[in-house]
Amino acid sequence: MSLPVYASPLERVWYYTFRAICALVFLFLIAPILVVIPLSFNAEAFFTFTQKMLHFDPSGYSLRWYDLLLTFPDVPTDVPRDAAWWATVWREAAWVNAAKNSVIVGFFATIIATTLGTLAALGLSRPEMPFRKVIMAILISPMIVPVIIITLGLFFFYSAIEVNKWGVPYLGVILAHATLGIPFVIITVTATLSGFDHSLTRAAANLGASPTRAFLKVVMPLITPGMISGALFAFVTSFDEVVVVLFVGRNDEQTIPRQMWNGIREQISPAILSVATILVIISIGLLASVELLRRRGERLRGMSPQ
Amino acid sequence: MTAVDAGMLTTADGRPLKDALARAEGRAKRRAFLLVAPLLIFILVTFVWPILQVLEQSVYNPKFSDNMPGMVSWFASHPVGTEPDEAAYATLVGDLKAAAEAKTVAVVGERVNYALPGTRSLFTAVGRKAKTLEPPFKESLIAVDPKWGDPDLWGVMRQVAKPYTGDFFLAAVDLERDKNGSIVRVNENERVYVNLFLRTFAMSAFITAICLVLAYPVAHLLAVLPLRQSNLLMILVLLPFWTSLLVRTTSWMVLLQEQGVINNILVALGIISDDGRLQMINNRMGTTIAMTHILLPFMILPLYSVMRPIPPSYVRAARSLGATSWTAFRRVYFPQTVPGIGAGTLLVFILSVGYYITPALVGGSSGTLISNLIAFHVNKSNNWSMAAALATILLVAILILYWLYDKLVGIDKLKLG
Repeated sequence: MSLPVYASPLERVWYYTFRAICALVFLFLIAPILVVIPLSFNAEAFFTFTQKMLHFDPSGYSLRWYDLLLTFPDVPTDVPRDAAWWATVWREAAWVNAAKNSVIVGFFATIIATTLGTLAALGLSRPEMPFRKVIMAILISPMIVPVIIITLGLFFFYSAIEVNKWGVPYLGVILAHATLGIPFVIITVTATLSGFDHSLTRAAANLGASPTRAFLKVVMPLITPGMISGALFAFVTSFDEVVVVLFVGRNDEQTIPRQMWNGIREQISPAILSVATILVIISIGLLASVELLRRRGERLRGMSPQ
Repeated sequence: MTAVDAGMLTTADGRPLKDALARAEGRAKRRAFLLVAPLLIFILVTFVWPILQVLEQSVYNPKFSDNMPGMVSWFASHPVGTEPDEAAYATLVGDLKAAAEAKTVAVVGERVNYALPGTRSLFTAVGRKAKTLEPPFKESLIAVDPKWGDPDLWGVMRQVAKPYTGDFFLAAVDLERDKNGSIVRVNENERVYVNLFLRTFAMSAFITAICLVLAYPVAHLLAVLPLRQSNLLMILVLLPFWTSLLVRTTSWMVLLQEQGVINNILVALGIISDDGRLQMINNRMGTTIAMTHILLPFMILPLYSVMRPIPPSYVRAARSLGATSWTAFRRVYFPQTVPGIGAGTLLVFILSVGYYITPALVGGSSGTLISNLIAFHVNKSNNWSMAAALATILLVAILILYWLYDKLVGIDKLKLG
């Protein structure tokens, strides 16, 4: 959209104003996410840039809030940091334990969501599928229904069946997170299957492939990118979910978002910002992987961008 | 073979073609359905069933009826308006003694308290003294607290003795039953729910409108730039989309608070004085700003996917036919983007109506939404049926919007990134 030569002066003004407006909106989108990164290196317990930070004085910056993530609540700080100390950190530090819990919950929720979701997407994209629209609407609805309503339902349901007494740790939270992640898997996998030429599987069968072999050799490579990005979406959904954990999780089931929630509600310290920074870096990584997968998927289906 | 009518088409093994075809189609249908079945069962158990429990809980509350069986049958056998006699008080005390034994008096008191605030202590007090009560029960109960003789209390007990009730829905729209059982509006200073629903919808509409205004130019720019450049800029849209909700909310707390970055910049620039710092958080403004930021990508993406395929030659053609750039936009470009506007607006509105986390953290008291009140009733006031009734109303509103979205856009058009 370059400016045409016949543009009137007014149009020239508008052209640059328009770009400026867009730049401001982009700034609005990205600045809040980037601003936490430098602030997390603050040497003081403030949420704003100190004079020293503005003058790029090295003493205005420190890693103390990252250090706090390893030592909070009561890992000794005045001992040499050898293997034994790191073992203590691994066992005791609240944030490290929260991270472990988040990964465990996210992992199992993703496995359930991806397996069931991919199977269902395969069924849904078959032309013979009965009640396709209704079933699709039901399967997508966990994304649409407010999470507080789902949580309320689970709260009643889990207290009726007493899921916390079954002896399987995190079970209630994992099932709930899988439910929340399923729509993402369905959407991404059906998107890779849209426009899928069903004569390909018939051709494979014609050439003597068993249904399993045809699936593994023909369908699988096509849906893998969608499956992985669906899985990443499901994992992020679980990794970021706080409402369900707050209401139905046991007290010892602390995840990173729950720990953050508590931190923000009780006494917000810049340690939250260092967690936020780490999460931003993780999301940059995830975004990059999904983007690469999407392009790979488009290339495979011969839809590469012009 | 003889059973088959002459002239009917058959397969090689002699079955009528129609049957064979129907059977093959049936098999294919079953096979497709079998693939979906595991997930469908999973969703029915972990999602649909819990939601049905919310619906049930909103009209079913057995806290009184389960623990006061004697009173339930007394109310059943005596019509409305019967003066409670000594027999009624004896039944009441019998029930209270049994409930005190089972340690459920507080539960009963809670249920009565929902309908008649200030009665919880009445029940807990009598629960402690239940064993010492002697006949005549009417006098001894009234001696504990004269409120036990109050006809209002008896009227309320009659109402709450029914396990199935629509009272929570009435309360959710600021209505109640008076002594005679007719439906009236609650006192002016107790009307909170209708206002909160209105505030939720108004704020959601406002946020949706801002999102549309901000997203439209950006989506247009992304759609007309060459793909290489627009893919780069798209990262700026997708990164917030992928960043944790709590991180984004925290950032806004950092930016907006009184000693925060934005106020500091404004003070440094001399726009506001040091003691005139703007209050931008823990109020409606905080919720609006943070939610706009969080929901903006959900507006940009559907707009972009509609704008991208619009051929630029249409606007050029309009221009060469003599339209001004404004007319060309209004008559040619804009109408083609309406489906995207519909999709984005509905999606953002649906998502914002049910928002919980951001309003809870940056909303203060004036910026909270209906979800926060639902959470309050679960966590603090322990009135699950009220929470369920509010949730049901919200759910119905959301499902209507969802149905509308499906009609106008189609859920299979939902795309991520």
